[in-house]
Amino acid sequence: MGRYLLRRLAMNVVLVAIAASLAYMLAATTMNPRASYEGRQPPVPVEVIDRTLDNYNLNDKTPVLERYVRWASGVVTGDFGSKWNGGSVGEEMGRRIGVSLRLLFIGTIVGFALGVALGAYSAVRQYKLSDRVIGVGSFVVMAIPVFVMATMLAIATYNLNRGLGFTLIEYTGEYNPNVTGFWPLLFNRLNHLILPTISLSLGAIAFYSRIQRNMMLDVLGQDFVRTAMAKGLRRRTALFRHALRTALIPSATYFAFAFGTMFVGATFTEKIFAWHGMGAWLVDSIQQNDVNSVAAVALFTAACILIAAFISDLLVAALDPRVRVS
Amino acid sequence: MRSKVVLGRMLKNRQARYGMIAFVALVLLAYVGPFVGPYDWTDKDFLSFLVPPGGDHWWGTTTIGQDMYALTLRGMQKSIVIGVLTALIATTLAAIVGAFAGYFGGWIDKALMWGVDLLLVLPSFLVIAIISPRLKESSWLWFVVLLAVFTWMITSRVVRSMTLSLREREYVQAAVYMGIPRWKIILKHIVPNLSSLLIIDYTLNVSGAVIGEAALSFFGFGIQPPEVSLGTLIAEGARNATGYPWLFAFPAGLLVLLVLSINLIGDGLRDALDPGSNS
Repeated sequence: MGRYLLRRLAMNVVLVAIAASLAYMLAATTMNPRASYEGRQPPVPVEVIDRTLDNYNLNDKTPVLERYVRWASGVVTGDFGSKWNGGSVGEEMGRRIGVSLRLLFIGTIVGFALGVALGAYSAVRQYKLSDRVIGVGSFVVMAIPVFVMATMLAIATYNLNRGLGFTLIEYTGEYNPNVTGFWPLLFNRLNHLILPTISLSLGAIAFYSRIQRNMMLDVLGQDFVRTAMAKGLRRRTALFRHALRTALIPSATYFAFAFGTMFVGATFTEKIFAWHGMGAWLVDSIQQNDVNSVAAVALFTAACILIAAFISDLLVAALDPRVRVS
Repeated sequence: MRSKVVLGRMLKNRQARYGMIAFVALVLLAYVGPFVGPYDWTDKDFLSFLVPPGGDHWWGTTTIGQDMYALTLRGMQKSIVIGVLTALIATTLAAIVGAFAGYFGGWIDKALMWGVDLLLVLPSFLVIAIISPRLKESSWLWFVVLLAVFTWMITSRVVRSMTLSLREREYVQAAVYMGIPRWKIILKHIVPNLSSLLIIDYTLNVSGAVIGEAALSFFGFGIQPPEVSLGTLIAEGARNATGYPWLFAFPAGLLVLLVLSINLIGDGLRDALDPGSNS
């Protein structure tokens, strides 16, 4: 087992390195950071632009390979290079990971918990009205892309606020910088979280509820649940202790994956509700021709996906004895 | 005949029936609708900017006086074509790569699966977003290829693992001993036996591609102007959605309906082709 894990780890490091290098090459050969300095008023002399770009390792007059070597040797020591305007990519990444975490932590957990609860409930009530409502509801929600859902929520809130005459629910940004004091600020932050959390978790709820319902139905038909009830356990105990626990395995592995990729951010939700997290950075860095940031995002995303996949595999092995044997 | 049985089961399935009816209706609307409307999608009515839906402009007009009805249907045509083509490429790729990797095994299998892993790790959104705006001059078909390249990987893994067990079946072994070339065995004996998986995968890929196109176009990384798709229209409409809701509501509503109908068909197909599964 230990050797297998080590081999897999080595393999993953290679994959991340290749993915990041490919992203860097792609960005460095197609993007044009020079454009942000040209055409300014008053015009900046070419030599100055060249010197600045050289400093940031972004000059398109330097051969790509030379830039790549400088970038890669920096990354190995933990230095992700400079943004197009000279700021440190590493610092920016740290700040944005924090923002994404604050945005996604609640949404990810709420989505999982509610999804599993709804799925399990509708499995127990199979073919009853509530099961059908939940089924149709999750089917419809899964057909609505995040950006449509988020925009609809924003419109609805705008109209609600206008109808009320004051801002009940906030819909842009992370917090209002004018608010001071611990409790008001916390309240303000939570208020800003409402809409993005809804738009993030609705999809997750629909997704988990479908998986959980199917798994639960599988388990409910099995002998050990019947045995548990025959032994005199109350229906509620049998369902919770024996059925739900077994049926949680697939949802839990998806959850582990979602939890690991949480740091990567939620591009659409962050952009639409104006949170400056990792997901929004993906779009911003491309639009700003910011080569080093693009490469950093690619590297970080690849690493997160592999770690998340790894954790979810470990979790399956921990939860399901059958996997461990084979 | 199996195909008859499947068709019969599918027609009996209420989900699939509604999905089919809705999908055919949407396709008809997209391709026949423009002939019914009073305006062409390239027309600009300089006397009416941002007019709400009404008698003359059924679904209202845009900031530069384009007719929303004609524009939205034009966008839906493009979205449907993109979805259908992308899914076709992606599913074909998945079937071929997965079957070859599973059948040959050894270093071919390792190399192909390593490629699959690499593509899974590369942030597809980022790569497509960097490349596709630079394809401005060339055709939108390149965009379809790009989307497809990043959709097929997971299915090909499933195909591979199913091929591993199909390889040992008697009829495949018999074909081997009759001296049939290997590529022919893969195409004639293995891939057809995966058809139910591939058909279901194809359907779900169509709705995935429709959403993917719209998502990329939302940030201007997809279909480039002057061409329109549901994604570009939604992006444009979302910016003005609070004041002029019809700019957002029609393309977004049609997108959701389109995806929903395709998903319904996919689900119904799964029940009809693969009664044992319940996922």
